[in-house]
Amino acid sequence: MSSGIRDKVAILGMGCSRFGERWDMGAEELMVESFTEALTDAGIGREQIQAAWLGSCMDEVNIGKSALPASMALRLNNIPVTRVENYCATGTEAFRGAVYAVASGACDIALAIGVEKLKDTGYGGLPGLDVGSMPPLWWPNLSAPGVFAQVASAYMNRYKVPRDVLKRALAEISAKSHANGAKNPKAHLRNPVSCDTIMASPMIAEPLGLFDCCGVSDGSAAAIVTTPEIAKSLGKHPDQMVTVKALQLALSNGSEGGYNDWDGSYIHTTRVAAQRAYAEAGIKKPRDEVSMFEVHDCFSITELVTMEDLGLSEDGGAVKDVMDGFYNADGKIPCQIDGGLKCFGHPIGASGIRMVYEMYLQLLGRAGDRQLKDPRYGLTHNLGGFPHQNVVGISIVGRYQ
Amino acid sequence: MIGITCYGAYVPRLRLSRAAAAQANAWANPALLAQARGERSMANWDEDSLTMAVEAARDALAGRGTDGIGALYFGSTTHPFADRQNAGLVAAALDLSESISSADLGGAQKAGTAALIAALDRAAAGRPGEALVVAAEHRRARPGSAQELQYGDAAAAFTVGGSEVIAEFLGSHSVSVDFVDHYRATGQEFDYIWEERWLRDEAFQKWVPAAVKAGLEKMAIAPGSIDHFVLAEPVAKLAALVAKRCGITDTAIADSLLGVVGHAGSAHAPLMLAAVLQKAQPGQTIVVVGFGQGCDVLAFRTTAALGELPARNGVAGSLKRRKEEKNYPKFLSFNETLALEKGLRGEANPQTALSAMYRNRRMLSGLVGGSCTKCGTAQFPPADICVNPSCHHQGPMQPYRFADEAARIKTWSADWLTYTPDPPAHYGMVEFERGGRFVADITDWDLGKVEVGQPVRMVFRVRGRDAQRGMVRYFWKAAPLAGTGEH
Repeated sequence: MSSGIRDKVAILGMGCSRFGERWDMGAEELMVESFTEALTDAGIGREQIQAAWLGSCMDEVNIGKSALPASMALRLNNIPVTRVENYCATGTEAFRGAVYAVASGACDIALAIGVEKLKDTGYGGLPGLDVGSMPPLWWPNLSAPGVFAQVASAYMNRYKVPRDVLKRALAEISAKSHANGAKNPKAHLRNPVSCDTIMASPMIAEPLGLFDCCGVSDGSAAAIVTTPEIAKSLGKHPDQMVTVKALQLALSNGSEGGYNDWDGSYIHTTRVAAQRAYAEAGIKKPRDEVSMFEVHDCFSITELVTMEDLGLSEDGGAVKDVMDGFYNADGKIPCQIDGGLKCFGHPIGASGIRMVYEMYLQLLGRAGDRQLKDPRYGLTHNLGGFPHQNVVGISIVGRYQ
Repeated sequence: MIGITCYGAYVPRLRLSRAAAAQANAWANPALLAQARGERSMANWDEDSLTMAVEAARDALAGRGTDGIGALYFGSTTHPFADRQNAGLVAAALDLSESISSADLGGAQKAGTAALIAALDRAAAGRPGEALVVAAEHRRARPGSAQELQYGDAAAAFTVGGSEVIAEFLGSHSVSVDFVDHYRATGQEFDYIWEERWLRDEAFQKWVPAAVKAGLEKMAIAPGSIDHFVLAEPVAKLAALVAKRCGITDTAIADSLLGVVGHAGSAHAPLMLAAVLQKAQPGQTIVVVGFGQGCDVLAFRTTAALGELPARNGVAGSLKRRKEEKNYPKFLSFNETLALEKGLRGEANPQTALSAMYRNRRMLSGLVGGSCTKCGTAQFPPADICVNPSCHHQGPMQPYRFADEAARIKTWSADWLTYTPDPPAHYGMVEFERGGRFVADITDWDLGKVEVGQPVRMVFRVRGRDAQRGMVRYFWKAAPLAGTGEH
């Protein structure tokens, strides 16, 4: 019987580049930016890192294939470096590789680094995805907003939510993230925006407008992990130690997209991964026990349904909770306190680690203007793919007991 | 007795207002305004002669199914492929048995009647099974030309065999004459056309009526006994000229459909024949003339079985499914005679994996998925392990065709970001009532009218065109049916 990951791995140091349209930098320089911060934070030398996982998603731009670009850019010591890719959940996948390596005892200190250089395409939004030989023969030309907008159509139909009511709640979600992002010096979008402006923005994919979509950003984030014992031996005080409480991944197996059961109004895998993660972390009532959430708000509608999928809002109740400000910075459970994908930005391979970075800062009291009061647990939710077939990565981190 | 055993037709839903097109070009050619009456059919951007042929064939096979089809002949001068059999792809889209003979017939406006004669000859030779005949045309014309107003896009289909005949074949007569009123050389985009007077005076006043007369004499049909005279006149009033010279009564002259469809080239005589069969009474005589570097004269007599045919759209039903289009630049863009900005996203153009296309040809062309032999769940795409979470049975599935299954829109969006020749791209989860679902393109939508729960019909359409490699990729899409959702 597996005992789970809880408290087996501690975060020794983390780093995150400034996210945004980094016309001045390529992926290599972005990796160095986050890695340098993480290394300094960990207080170790690069030669102490024994294995590394690189997360990067878009082969079409960015650094191409293999983990060599990370090994070379960071001048790692000929250690094993593995590139992982799992759509937009790539960052969590890299983190999972490093955490599992340490937990297994195969190595003492491991690095997870995620990077995405998206702004080398000449247009807004994500680059077109290479999807293999078969999908181009029968899939629609799916765009990310187009597939996530599907959820809105199903949600409105299931809960009989009028379009204008939903649009208003979605605007509140984006406005909240803009308000949060404005306080984050590393965020891509740092401008507060009103709900009226959001609702009047150009239509991207019915019913999602421009401001319902997250930033398309360049950026990198890194985590150096070890065991709590080694962390202590390296001088980390247990009170100043953040450990992994849960780390779960759930992938679709085709049933949402191929079997007539799922109604399209929620993300099935988020529900599966969340229940496993809560169990792994020993959390019974997430709405009461988890202090803060960084969820995969690629689109405002995704954040809305994720609140229900994570068991925070009742099914069909997220609109009310959002309108009540439940997830605002001053609400009961702050969500996207760093601005989220929406405003911190979404360099795909980095996003999962960026979420953990914010939780880490908050737990250590290092989040500056946006610091929350005495957080206990933070949950990150990273979603890749499409509502009907996807990868969901959830981590829960907290102070070491 | 041999003859036609069923018929079907397809006219695209879009109808270009001739006034809109004529007015757009009147600054350069005011004479176009004289033709600014009525409308012409207009293929959607994802329709071509092949997709229209498939629709007409599905209409023809309504209530009949595909059993016993032994041959397929596809007549057109606008086949999408010059060297990849178009008939074979039509057969695949219809999920016909691969044990058939098939051929494309083209090269002249009489390709449609030539295909019909080939099928009738096959039946006369006593070959087993029935032949499916399709004729379709997606006619492109130079912007600003009169042909742009005169041409139309349409398809017709028939089955031909020796039992349950609805129109008995009385005989045919053909002449081949290298009379050139227009031509289109290989590799040329548009027709090169001479004046109508040449066509009228030299062909329709002389050798066309002579050929019709000779045919009627050969078949011993008294001109006055003809109930329906089908001549696909390239311009108005030529059929009347021929009828008069041959002694055929005015009232027998079949509706030319030029005012509502335009001239659908080699598919036009078959289209008019399908329209006639839809309203003909048993025991009537029909004479069909296909024109183009000669002519084919065919005669039929309808039987009592005509009244027994299951319901179908036919020309009348197709014409009712209509949406007026007044946007002339959109017509040009759909016909690729105006290269609008595609945006950088429009550059994406993956190579087509011919091997993957072949391995999965029943899935891609025939919309054939699987039905689990254990739990019976219908699923798409086909897979080795059942998709039903409480089954997951492993083993070969029963092939299961979704094309004619009732379906509804489960989720959808209208996407302004992704590239499509007709923004916004509509797509969504399409759910089949008897099981199965997948995310499909939605076509023939009305902006603002798509909704969850809306019933759809699956249609075979162009998925994308690879201009760089000359490939046209086809797949099935969901076309909303009239009706409302579950609200």
